[in-house]
Amino acid sequence: MKLTDISNDINEWFSGSGPLADIVISSRIRLARNLAGHKFLSHCSSAEKAEILKQLKEILLSLDLGDGVFYISVDKTSALNRNFLVERHLISRHHALAKGPRGVVIARREFFTAMINEEDHLRIQILKAGCQLSDCAKQINRIDDNIEHKVDYAFSTRFGYLTACPTNLGTGIRVSVMLHLPALKMTGQIEKFLRAAKDMNLAIRGLFGEGTEAASDLYQISNQVTLGVSESEIVRQFEDLIIPEIVEYENAARAQLLSKQVNTLDDKISRAMALLQNARLISSQEALFLLSHLRLGLNMHEHMGASTPAIKRLCELKGTGNAVRKDHGLSIRTINRLFMLTLPAHLQLNYGKSLDATHRDALRAKIIRSALKQEQ
Amino acid sequence: MLCQICNKKTATIHLTEINDGMRSEMHICEHCAAEQGIAAKSQIAINELLSNLLAMQPTDEEMFGDSDHDLQCPRCGFTLEEFRKQGVLGCPNDYEIFERALLPLIERAHNSKTVHCGKIPAKMPRDTRKQMKISNLRRQLETAVQSEDYERAAKLRDELNQLQQPQ
Repeated sequence: MKLTDISNDINEWFSGSGPLADIVISSRIRLARNLAGHKFLSHCSSAEKAEILKQLKEILLSLDLGDGVFYISVDKTSALNRNFLVERHLISRHHALAKGPRGVVIARREFFTAMINEEDHLRIQILKAGCQLSDCAKQINRIDDNIEHKVDYAFSTRFGYLTACPTNLGTGIRVSVMLHLPALKMTGQIEKFLRAAKDMNLAIRGLFGEGTEAASDLYQISNQVTLGVSESEIVRQFEDLIIPEIVEYENAARAQLLSKQVNTLDDKISRAMALLQNARLISSQEALFLLSHLRLGLNMHEHMGASTPAIKRLCELKGTGNAVRKDHGLSIRTINRLFMLTLPAHLQLNYGKSLDATHRDALRAKIIRSALKQEQ
Repeated sequence: MLCQICNKKTATIHLTEINDGMRSEMHICEHCAAEQGIAAKSQIAINELLSNLLAMQPTDEEMFGDSDHDLQCPRCGFTLEEFRKQGVLGCPNDYEIFERALLPLIERAHNSKTVHCGKIPAKMPRDTRKQMKISNLRRQLETAVQSEDYERAAKLRDELNQLQQPQ
């Protein structure tokens, strides 16, 4: 299994399908676990890390995770491959930069990954498209049970699962949803929303951007409290409270754009189209920023029947390849593909060699131009 | 700029109020502000400001309780000094050894909670599992009642009763 086998398409969790997918891009649950009888990684020798890696790798590869499960030695693979895995959310940046023997087990369709020797000995995660947290919870729990059957996890009756950092203590669970919130941004309400989320003890970060600024209007929201609440309570809070509320706010902002700020909306979409269709050099940040507006336009057409002049022109673009809408127009899947496939490591891996920033910008612009070609 | 109330003195206090999304600004002098009951200390000394800021940073005592600075884990050699630098512990054993020092930090990170009430490994002895489950359900029941989710509370109560029945 080579990484180039998966690098020229988006993974399933980013396919644009699933419940509430116009706003909730994906759902993710990860569990942090450590083996009893071993030190945490900061105090492990290289030999102890290698021993942990060997044991967990064998167990994970013996689980029934469907066809095409593969393993990558993160410490032995190239920096480009590591960056690619980070861009695809298959490993964390921390895992890419950590030291010593470490690896990742990935299920072929990328719904499951297990990082071995990240901050904790084991971090397993399930990723699904759209709002599917309950399913993620069921699946990760089953896999965790199967692993637990074969190892002894570090666990105390008082503090629960013991993790290297006390912030993950207890359930070791991190529940997160990736959200596309362009209308809240356009209507100037995003700051208010970010503050409200922080008040609820939720962590928020921008995705595919630098720092908390989300170049693509994609935000990841996750729980911070892991002790003193059960896994199902956290999931329920997201499904019953947090997600419906955010979806409602974003939808209200979209409706407001249509009813009161059509010019603002159309201006953003038209500019995004013009730039993406004509630029000869485009940075990753700029591409993400502009593609986000196309994504908004298409979703407003599909889910709200919006047909402003700019949205009409956007919908007249012809989709490429097999990723087209029923009426052969440009699909969300195509836009998502462009989001991911034009990220720096994806570009280089698919091109077959490393490229400097200017060459990447040129290649990115070319790929986007050809995908958004006006129908002749 | 003159005070918007007395129109005589220079406005030195600038208030911004946001009400129902409407933003309004007011520029008034110190005298009128005092009359309006808007407390405004004329000047905060810079060292007062700095010491206030410093006071917001947790001290070692606040972060780790009052002692344990010289303690070292016999298994991994971990000390609290290392934790200050790296933010991670040395081995699972440290939670026990440094419990007193870590508790204030755990409380802060987890919304004042300090007891696990989630998944319990299937390998745990049956009695321990049962005890943990019971206290977990009790806590969830309390939360459900507090948030007036009576349907859920009833479900939890039934589960609890079943668990507490002698086998």
